[in-house]
Amino acid sequence: MLPDLVLATVPLEHVLILGAILFAIGLYLALAKRNAIAVLMGVELMLNATNVTLLAFSRFIVSPRPLDGQVFAIFVITVAAAEAAVALALAVAVYRHRETVNIDEIDLLRW
Amino acid sequence: MSLLLSIISHHWYDVRDLSNITSEIRSLLGDAGAPGWTLYVVTALLGTLGIIAFIGGVAIINIWIERRVVGRMQSRLGPNRLGPFGLLQPVADAIKLMQKEVLQPRVADGLVFSLAPIAFTVPGIIVLAVVPWGPNMALADLNVGVLYILAMSSLGALAVFIGGYGSNNKYALFGSMRVIAMLVTYEIPSVLSLLGLVLFSGTMNLSDMVLFQQKYWIPLLLVQPLPFIIYFIASSAELNRTPADLAEAESEIAGGYHVEYSGMKFGLFYAAELINAVAISAIIATVFLGGWWFYRLDEIVPGWIIFIGKIYAVYFLFVWTRGTLPRFRIDQLLAFAWKWMTPMAFLNIVLVAAEILIWDETGASAGIVLPIYAVVNTAFAALLIFGWVKLMSPKFSRFPDRLRMYSRIDVPSLPANAMMSAVPETGEPDGSGGHLGGAESPRVLAEGPTA
Amino acid sequence: MINDTGIVIAFYIIGATTVGSALMVATVRNLIHAVLFLVLTFVGVAGIYIVLSADFVAMAQILIYAGAISVLLVFAVMLTPSADRKNSETSFQLPALALTVFVLAVSVFVIYDTNWQLAGRGQFLSTAASLGRAFLHPYVVPFEVASVLLVVAMVGAIVLTQEEASDAA
Repeated sequence: MLPDLVLATVPLEHVLILGAILFAIGLYLALAKRNAIAVLMGVELMLNATNVTLLAFSRFIVSPRPLDGQVFAIFVITVAAAEAAVALALAVAVYRHRETVNIDEIDLLRW
Repeated sequence: MSLLLSIISHHWYDVRDLSNITSEIRSLLGDAGAPGWTLYVVTALLGTLGIIAFIGGVAIINIWIERRVVGRMQSRLGPNRLGPFGLLQPVADAIKLMQKEVLQPRVADGLVFSLAPIAFTVPGIIVLAVVPWGPNMALADLNVGVLYILAMSSLGALAVFIGGYGSNNKYALFGSMRVIAMLVTYEIPSVLSLLGLVLFSGTMNLSDMVLFQQKYWIPLLLVQPLPFIIYFIASSAELNRTPADLAEAESEIAGGYHVEYSGMKFGLFYAAELINAVAISAIIATVFLGGWWFYRLDEIVPGWIIFIGKIYAVYFLFVWTRGTLPRFRIDQLLAFAWKWMTPMAFLNIVLVAAEILIWDETGASAGIVLPIYAVVNTAFAALLIFGWVKLMSPKFSRFPDRLRMYSRIDVPSLPANAMMSAVPETGEPDGSGGHLGGAESPRVLAEGPTA
Repeated sequence: MINDTGIVIAFYIIGATTVGSALMVATVRNLIHAVLFLVLTFVGVAGIYIVLSADFVAMAQILIYAGAISVLLVFAVMLTPSADRKNSETSFQLPALALTVFVLAVSVFVIYDTNWQLAGRGQFLSTAASLGRAFLHPYVVPFEVASVLLVVAMVGAIVLTQEEASDAA
């Protein structure tokens, strides 16, 4: 007796807009935050948004090999993991030398 | 007998397969004209309720089992006062924990502090969603079940870490750091050991892995003994159980990450450890021991009863190691993972891949191939373990070559020491090396044994 | 087009949660809380992947992002001084916000302006095996390069953080 829901479809555009919103938030984090770790979080969020878009295309768009989007997403995740490890090690190394990780205080090329 | 079976089969009271209840309810709902998605929701809710009921019962009973069995192993009685055989002791413990005041340090991070016990409990429960309890009794029959298990068991570390961080206590932080170090280390061998099984059965779906073992009539434990040992050790390190309970070592860091927790928040940590142990036991029972299948027994006994029996068999192994083994040092534990278990797991994967290739290329029948592989793999595991022990372990000697601990410690000069050492050297009771000038003499006394 | 009602409901709930927690990452004033909201975002994105029937990628996402990278992030936050844990903005906040809104507007315009070639296929049934074959047949070279990249990153991270110890020795 329960009515079936009227809104019973997810168009491609909504998935892409979700990815765009996540990308925008990540961009804002990467551009505006003081702490280098928050900047890194923004970069990770942007990579995630890119993955959402890639998987949306792999699910919806005409392609001879539709799973290639997922393969690409896995490569993106791999690169993100490597990038996070190196960037956090950089943050720790910078903190050892400068005792700060605020990117607006790390403004000298030599110290 | 067969008449009776034909009467009860596929009705809701056919307890051999508990999914009959949900399918009955679904057909009732379908007759009533409910839309398709409500059937999903109702089935999911029923399955979740069943799992949570099982978890609740297990968390109460396992406290009693654990304390009784460990007590018996250590020549104690264990709880035996409340109720028959002390069965009501966990209930009393739970009531006591609920009555206690929930303390929170003033400097603690409130949100993080309260979130940690919950975030620690949830992964242990939702791991059980992919475990098949019977031939068609998996709540979520995921195609990537093994990966799901690994992903969920890696989530608990973050919970423990934020719990230790949020309580703003140095012992809690020590415990959290140890958890992270252990988890990062032991994640690798546990993933690699399960990968060998995935290679062998050719699927990551847990139901299909059980079906593989049923089809070839052999539990994967016999074909893959080395991954069983590796996964057992690695998961007992991930579970913080006693050979590896460094994160909460009472005698070193006063309870570790839950040192600041009290009342039911502590109770949740305590229950979550038991739940995680049961979840890991369920995974081992599914993947290594064949889940609900046990030769011809599953035609007579309901599969989920066999499965629970297997869970408790594995759980007994965990209790056994807890009751008998002393705690490792943290560097020993980490070195053990990097130097022993990870290389062994890699070698095992190479061997399994070669075996699968041979099996595929020759097309030999499983009845010939699998027993041969079982023997070969067992011999390989034994050889590897003994060879590694010979190769990697330091030479055992009962006494250390040189006396440590004596000469290195600077003993502050006590007057009595000074007088005692001054007596034989100077030969006169009140010489220049008396109680004021005796700064050197304790040194002499302290270095005595090495000379 | 995704037609299954349950999946549609799941998509909108998970999407709202993900966007909400991502916004919290940007606005909350404590860096540890921001990291925790980021973990929630990662898990939500994994849910979106499942909706898009990419179960293997979703599990890899939880395993790598929520399990490993978030722990790294918390660790790094913990190693930094507590005065810097305010999650505050630089003086570039307003230009950054303007640029963000601009990028979002352009993206939405492009998304609605493009004529997408929809395939109209159903869900992928089992992606893990096909992904494995794809990694071994058309994508062998990128796969190997990715493993080399991981080794390089590992060595780099170790060298970067070990530098102080070798100086002291």
